[in-house]
Parts: sequence; structure tokens; C-alpha cells
Amino acid sequence: MFCESFTDKVIEHFMCPRNAGSMPDADAEGTCGDPSCGDSLTLYIKVKDNVIEDISFLVFGCVAAIATSSMTTELVKGKPLDESLKLTDADITEALGGLPENKLHCSVLGATALKNGIENYRNKMTEHHGANKQ
Amino acid sequence: MNKTVYADNAATTALSKTAFEAMLPYLTTEYGNPSSVYSFGQNAKRAIQNAREKIASAIGALPEEINFTSGGTEADNWAIKSTAKLDQNTGKHIISSVIEHHAVLHTLDSLKEQDYEITCLGVDEYGQISLQELCSAIRKDTVLISIMAANNEIGTILPTAPIGAIAREHGVIFHTDAVQAVGHIPINVRVMNIDMLSLAGHKFRGPKGIGALYVKKGLDLPAIIHGGGQEHNLRSGTENVAGIVGLGAALEEAASNMKKNMKKVSALRDKLISGVLQIPHVRLTGDPTDRLPGIASFAVEGVEGESMVIMLDQNGICASSGSACSSGSQEASHVLLATGLPSQLAHSSIRFSLNEDNSEKDVDYILEKLPAII
Repeated sequence: MFCESFTDKVIEHFMCPRNAGSMPDADAEGTCGDPSCGDSLTLYIKVKDNVIEDISFLVFGCVAAIATSSMTTELVKGKPLDESLKLTDADITEALGGLPENKLHCSVLGATALKNGIENYRNKMTEHHGANKQ
Repeated sequence: MNKTVYADNAATTALSKTAFEAMLPYLTTEYGNPSSVYSFGQNAKRAIQNAREKIASAIGALPEEINFTSGGTEADNWAIKSTAKLDQNTGKHIISSVIEHHAVLHTLDSLKEQDYEITCLGVDEYGQISLQELCSAIRKDTVLISIMAANNEIGTILPTAPIGAIAREHGVIFHTDAVQAVGHIPINVRVMNIDMLSLAGHKFRGPKGIGALYVKKGLDLPAIIHGGGQEHNLRSGTENVAGIVGLGAALEEAASNMKKNMKKVSALRDKLISGVLQIPHVRLTGDPTDRLPGIASFAVEGVEGESMVIMLDQNGICASSGSACSSGSQEASHVLLATGLPSQLAHSSIRFSLNEDNSEKDVDYILEKLPAII
């Protein structure tokens, strides 16, 4: 179940996660999971001209949770919002070279948190513009 | 992955040289079947009897009270299922604890299907039961008390002798899963009023796949494995001669070195514990004083258990965690949750279990690597 079943890419992202850390000046946050279930992810995004200029994450979870979260940020950094919304858990898993069957659910964390983050950002923008109109 | 430090002795232990050497003839030249009447078979039979005497002596029992099984799990299954069968006319109530090993808990679950009522005593933050609560739980229809001698995840040593005394006073059969305790701390079935006890070889440097159930003389426990009538009709199946010999040799060795080992191992454990507690956001789980000599178990705020295990593995250290991922289910350790640890912390556990094979260098290495990992 352990090291033998994880790909080198998964171990790499686990040992040296990309973009790990919080972002106090983030434009929006997206979360997924529940610490009491053993898996919880928060993604932070900074958006400019509808492109994810910067992204970081904080996660509580196992090897696969950390690796998938890290890979998620790597896949969408610098990408437009609309394109990022299309990212699926399968894309994340594929980018990592696969995950053991009982860890596939971890890739859902990244995809869902990202969608939530982008949605939160867009809601904020709508509110902001709405307030300006008044 | 090269192993540098093995700190998971509660999961399994390396076979001791003594046990290995004792077993070797029975894996090579002495392959006789103990049930065969010719002298070659009788050699094996004598070896088994010899091992039986060693095990009995280590726990204060009579040789005829020792029955060999395939391990601790089988012993637990046998003790519980057979007592239920034996006393089904007296009642259908069993008392156990919430921190038992799954071999006990799942066996008890299976009895619920036969309308058995199970009372599982809760534990405090140290994993200790309340003797008062035990007394109050005993009813006219209670047929068995099954409470472990020491817990595998948090190291807590339970008050086996007082529990035995209470069981004796109320005339209830007392079984203890002593798999983690035997070979590590003194166990005496007479002094502690134990009626049945489970033990497993691979927890005290014996081989895997062999264990025993001690059953007090006079308790006519029915068999659950039927067949050729071995073990006086109590547990059929051609005996695992080499395994039994290894079990006996390992336990004899552990028993004779117990005082020395307890001292050495608990010193290593204490050094590890005080070192680890220097790391912020880490707490000890289990009883700080009544704990097994080798178990150093912790919960680390904000860090998930399995990731710690893998990172330690990347550094050549073998340890374990009660976290969900490492147990294959989505639920955190039932033992940690029972001590009142919040769910998230129960997913953040790490357990180091040392034994006489570990050295101070091992402890120093763990202390060197762990802070960075966390």
C-alpha cells in the first residue's frame, strides 16, 4: 500500500510540494474536505486579468492528499480561470502518473477546492461590481 | 528502501537468534509429525511438550493449560466464541472495553448476531478503564469479561490483577488479550486470577503464525477447530512444530531477560518521549506511568499520520500510525477516539515501539530526523 504503490512523481510532490503555504493577500480561497475525516485542503489564488497569477495551498492529509494538492497548483498556475475550471480529478491523477485505487479520492480534493476558489472569486467580483453600481 | 531504524515492534518483531536456532532442526531434519507413533514422530512430540512447559512457566500456568493456536487472533476468537457457547444457558451478556484489538471487537460483533449484548467499558484520556464501572456493569447474565492486559496503540497497561479479582468475586470468566504484554511485563495467571489468556509469538521475537490460548484447568472450553483431535481434541490440525518450538524458545528468553529488558527499553522509550515532546504541538497518548516499556505514541497537531510514516520511511525509520489511510478505512483509530482525542488529532498519530533490539543510537537517529519531518 505504501511506497511501492506510489509513483515517483507522487513521492516527489509529497517530499517537495510546490506552492505550499498560505497567502494572506489572496484574492480568494477555496476549501474541500474535513479535518475530522483526515483530509482537508485550502487553496489560495491571486487573479489578474482572469488568469491565476499565483496559487498556494495548505493541506492536512496523507501522502496522496499532499501530492495531489501540490500537483493541482502546478497544473493551473498561470492559466486562465475558465481553463482552470475544466481541471478534473482524473487530470490530476494522470499528471501524477496514477494513484493506488484506495487513494483516488484524494485527487477530488484538489479539483473541488479549485472550483470553489474560482467560484468564490467570481462571486466576490460580482458583489464588488454590484456595490460599485450603487 | 534500506531500513535503518526499526521502531515498529508492536506490529511485529525480528526473530531472535535463540528462537531461530531452536526452530532450525524442526524445519530441516526433524520433520516428523508429532502424532506419528514411531520414534521420529515422538521427537517432534517431545519438542512440543518442552515448548509447552516453557510457555506455561513464563506465565505461571500448568503445561496442560497451554493450547497452541495460529496466533493471537485465533486465540481471541476461540476464547470468546467458545465461552459464549459454554455458558449460553447462564446468559448472553459480555463485558469488554472500547480499546480492544479488532480481533476481540469484531469477534464480539459477530456474537451480536446471536443476540448477545456487549457492554464496552469506556476509557479515560490515558486509556484506563474504571474498576468501579466494571463492577456496576456486571449482571446476573454476564458470562464473560474480556479486557486486554495492555494496549497496542497507546501502550497503556490495564489493571489486570484487580480486574481478575473482581471477575472471581462475581463468578464471571475472565479472558485477557495479553498479546502486547506477554514477554514484556510480568504476567502470572494465578496471581492475576486470569481464566483465559491470548498470546502471540511474533510480538516477543518469536515466529509469526503461532500463538497460544491459556485455559484454566477445569474450564471445559469447547473446540472451534475440529479434525484429527490434536491438542487433546481442543484444537485440531497438525502442529506447527517449528513454530511452537520457536514460540517456547522466544518466550523463555524474554522471560529470563525481562527485568533487564524492561529497564533498558523503558530508558530508551523515556529518552525518545522527552526528546519528541520538545517538538511543539506534539502530545503523548496513553498512560504516562502505566505504559508498556517500548511504546512511545504521540499525536501531532496539524500533521496527518500516514504522511509522517512515509516521511520516516524515506529516512529509513519504520514506525506506525493509527490514522485512517494507513489502516485502509476512512475512520481514525478507535483507540485514540476512545481516549477523547478529537477526530483530527486521531488522524495525526505516530507510534514508535522499541524493544531489546533497539539501541540508543536508534533513538538519537529518530530524534534527529523527526523534528524536520514534522
